[in-house]
Parts: sequence; C-alpha cells; structure tokens
Amino acid sequence: MTFNRNLKNIFLVVFTTLILSACSTAKKSGDMDGDVYTGKETVKYLASGVPDRVFFATNKSSLTTASRATLRKQATFLRKNKKLNVTIEGHADERGTREYNLALGERRANAARDYLMTYGISGKRISTISYGKEKPVNPASSALAWSQNRRSVTVKVD
Amino acid sequence: MKKIFLSLIIYFISLSSSYSLIEVDITRGNLDPLPIAVSPLHVDIKSTAHEGVKVKDLGSNISSIIERNFKNTGLFNPLKKEAFVQKPDIAHLKPRFEDWRLIKAQALVTGKILVKDGKLKVEFRLWDLTAAKEMTALAFTTTPSNWRRVAHIISDKIYERLTGEEGYFDTRIIYVAESGPKDQRVKKLGIMDQDGANTKYLTLGNELVLTPRFNPTNQMVTYLSYFRNMPRVYLLDIETGVQEVVGNFPGMTFAPRFSPDGKKIIMSFAEDGNSDIYTMDLETRVVERITNHSSIDTSPSFSPDGKYIVFNSDRSGLQQIYVMRSDGSSVKRITFGKGIYGTPVWSPRGDLIAFTKVRKGRFYIGVMRTDGSGERLLTENFYQEAPSWSPNGRVLVFYRETKAGAKGEGFSASLWSIDITGYNERKLTTKTDASDPSWSSLLSK
Repeated sequence: MTFNRNLKNIFLVVFTTLILSACSTAKKSGDMDGDVYTGKETVKYLASGVPDRVFFATNKSSLTTASRATLRKQATFLRKNKKLNVTIEGHADERGTREYNLALGERRANAARDYLMTYGISGKRISTISYGKEKPVNPASSALAWSQNRRSVTVKVD
Repeated sequence: MKKIFLSLIIYFISLSSSYSLIEVDITRGNLDPLPIAVSPLHVDIKSTAHEGVKVKDLGSNISSIIERNFKNTGLFNPLKKEAFVQKPDIAHLKPRFEDWRLIKAQALVTGKILVKDGKLKVEFRLWDLTAAKEMTALAFTTTPSNWRRVAHIISDKIYERLTGEEGYFDTRIIYVAESGPKDQRVKKLGIMDQDGANTKYLTLGNELVLTPRFNPTNQMVTYLSYFRNMPRVYLLDIETGVQEVVGNFPGMTFAPRFSPDGKKIIMSFAEDGNSDIYTMDLETRVVERITNHSSIDTSPSFSPDGKYIVFNSDRSGLQQIYVMRSDGSSVKRITFGKGIYGTPVWSPRGDLIAFTKVRKGRFYIGVMRTDGSGERLLTENFYQEAPSWSPNGRVLVFYRETKAGAKGEGFSASLWSIDITGYNERKLTTKTDASDPSWSSLLSK
C-alpha cells in the first residue's frame, strides 16, 4: 500500500509538470504569444510610434490583434504622408522548404497590404516583395529568432 | 557544349554482349561492393606533347577519376594499384586472369591512349576475371583537353555493362554557390562536373539567385533571379551566357522546372499574394494557367511522359503533395502521413517521387511511389531539402543547412547525395558553400 501511494504521488507530480509545461508554450512567455513574436528587439519605426513590422505564427499569414493595431498606425501615418509610397517585404523563417517560403512571404506581405487598403490606403502606393527565408533579421537557429524572422516589413520607397 | 559533342567521335571496336559471371545488383545498396582493378591507361610512346595537358600522367590521371567515380557509387571497391600484377600495356592486350584473381579482383579495366596531332585517341577494355573474358571494349577520339570527360564516359560505359543501368558520371551539377554571413548571404549560380571538378560561376553575385534547374534536353537552365529587385524566373543559355525573363508576369514567378521534352517551363506565379501553377511554351510563348486555387500551389514537376504534374499545395491546411493531369484536371492528394511534405520531384524513370518531409522539427528526404504509397525516408537531419535526381533515377542530390548559433555562427550549406536504397550518403565537394543542386542529363547522350 505504501508503495502504491508513493506511485500515485509520482503520477501526480508528473501530471502537474505536464500541465505546467503545456501552459508555458500555449500562453505568453517572454516576447512570444504562442509562437508569434511580441517584442520590440528587431522593430524599426516609420515615424515616432509607428512600428515598421508585424509578426506571424508558423506557416500562417493571418494578422494578430497586435498586428492589426500596428498596421492601423501605419495606415494613419500613410494618410498623413500622401506622397509616400511603400514596399511591404514578406519573410519566412528557415524551417520550411525554400519555394514554399517564397509563396508564404508573398502571402504575408499581401495580408498586410490588404489590411492597409481596408483603411483607405490606395493599393497603388503599396508594392510587395517576398524574400522567403533568404533575409533573416536574426541569423540564429532558435525559436526566438524564427519568430522574429516570420514577419512583414513596411519600407518607405524613395 | 555542342562543340564537345561534335569532336567526340565514338566508334565501337567490339561489344561483346556475351554471358558473363559478374554483375552488380544496384537495388541492394553497398553491402557487398564489387572488387574492381582499374589499371592505369597505357600512354603510347608515340604520343607527343600537348599544351595544357600532362601527357605522361594522362593514363594514370584518367584511371584515378574512374576509380573515384566507382568508389563514390558505393557499388564498387576499386583495389589499390600497389597490388597490381601486370604492366598496363600487357594487361590491356591479354590479362593473366589467374594473377588478377589472386588479388581478389573480379573485374579489370585496361586501356591505352595516344596523344598526337592535337587529338586524344582512347581505347579501353573491361574484363570479367571470373569468366576469364572481355566484357566490353570501346575506342574513341577527342581533343586532349577533354580528358576528364573521357574518364567519365569510360566510367559510364563500365557502369552500364556491370549494372545494366545507364551511368551518370558524364554529367554536371548546377547549384547556388553561397558565401558571407548568414544574414548577408551572397549567392551565385555555380556549375561543376558531377565529381566537383571544373567549377565555374555563371552570375556575379550582385543579385540574389535561387533554384537553378537544367533543361533535360540541352544546356539551358531556368532559375529565379532578384535582378532589379523583381523576383522572376529566367532562362539562361550556359553556352552563350544569354539570359532572358520568362514571360511577362506582373508579379513574382518562382519554382521553375522544365518539362521533360524541354519545351516548356512550369512554375508558380504569385498574384495578390496567392501562388498558382502556370506553364509557358518557350517557342510559342503561350502561357497557360494550370491551377486556380486560393491556396499556395508550388514546386511543380512533370512526370517523364509529360502527362502528369506533381506539386505542393497547402489547400488541406498544411503543405502536402498532389498529382494532377498536365492540363490541371483530376487533382489528387497523395500524401497522408504525419508531418508536412514539400518539393516533390518525379524520377526520370517515372516510378518514384522524391520529396522533403518535415516532422517534429526534423527534415527528411524520402521517396514514394507515384500514388503516394511505399513511402521510404532515406535520411534525417536538422535541415535538408530540394532533392534532384541523377539522370538514371538511382541517386538523389540535395542540400543541407547546419544549425546556427546566436550570431549566426556555425552556419553552413552543403550538397549531399544518397542512393535511393538509403545507402551511400555522401557529401559532395564544392569550392564554396552550396545549395539548390540540379543534376544534368548525360552530356554525351
């Protein structure tokens, strides 16, 4: 009986550990929400308070709530600067096949472009280009680097 | 290249197709490589000097290349020359079979060369030592500077005779040569002989280039270039260096490949963020849309009869492999295993599809039958993808990238090959880091 009780305790410990580790990947941990980067380490600014980039989940091109907020700031900025054109660069992390990543980068750049257009920015002012996995902003092979590299970046065109 | 074809006049002196006792079973991998002795080719004393070629060493240089080719297949075990028991010229006339058998050789290659009047005359014989007779013989004439190709052509003939399969030594590999730190890579088109010799660069590295692929019928190449920051599929003639954009697409075109007859390019075109598959006829310039789906459709590859196309799509949610008729009809998903699948490439033999698989953060190169059954994973690594077939459909070449440290240190990209048996995984020698390999057809075919 003593042995059984001990065994039960071990199970409980293992079980709790599993739950805890599950939470840490599903919820916010440091600069990640799920696997979407939420930090500011690599972010540059089009103008004060207007971040130039948004981040994506693995294999996804859908915009998060935070990404939409960033893009609305970009739309406001572009409305104020009517003569400014931009290029949106779409990027992927290094964990996919090269050709699929080119397509994925294109899809991400266009997701950002479409959102800017729904806020009244003419599509003529926004070109897109995909670099797939070719231009990582963080060259490390780590979950953090990959999350920083899954991005679309709005760049001013001279 | 055409010049080389013309100057390469091949004539047979005898071709015995008689029954022989030795043969190599290439379906089994390298469990029991065939011991073979490659005698240095005898240099005829009537040979004269030729600029740029060391005539005296030519015989042993050619035999060394043949030996290396054989060793790299994993199917042969070339024996050490120190143990050889007969002089090259005498062995070429008539080997003392019992003496060669003593050093455990089962096959023997002998030959003779003559360099004279700006020409290289070559003859070689393959001997079955067990049956004590000649298996095949061939003689040909070419220019002396072609001597490396001579070695590859001899290798192909012997491989064919011993395995019953076409060889793949007189071929080249086009690839992307890489240099510089991981986040500022410089990429050029590189081309080399299958054994790593004769490396040349076809672009300067001013713009990003990716995914070069050979035309299976000639020396044209299609690839993706970011020239003027507009990613488009290009066509390049490697004889003349002339290149042109393929089609007049208003957005990114990528993932190009030739049709098996070399007359069309199949590729993806991204419009408003969505990638579909198109073909362009190189002669008529007619563009045809093959897929029309809101998912990513890319990495298309024709079956060798041109009737089907295998491609990569995420229409089910994640990347999987699909087959359709070449007009885009009858689309059928063929991969249902756990993980995601990409870069399908149809074997030139038509029987298999090679692919990249990603599962639980690991990358695999595998092959399966064309209906998706019989999946076999050949190799596992941190990152590898983009298999390309040897022209005989027996070997795959692909590239690997290593895991990088916090600042990108320790990163490298390299070419590897593996038999479809899963045996004989081997790193290819390249002068720089390398990725995106594509194997040519046999040059002398």
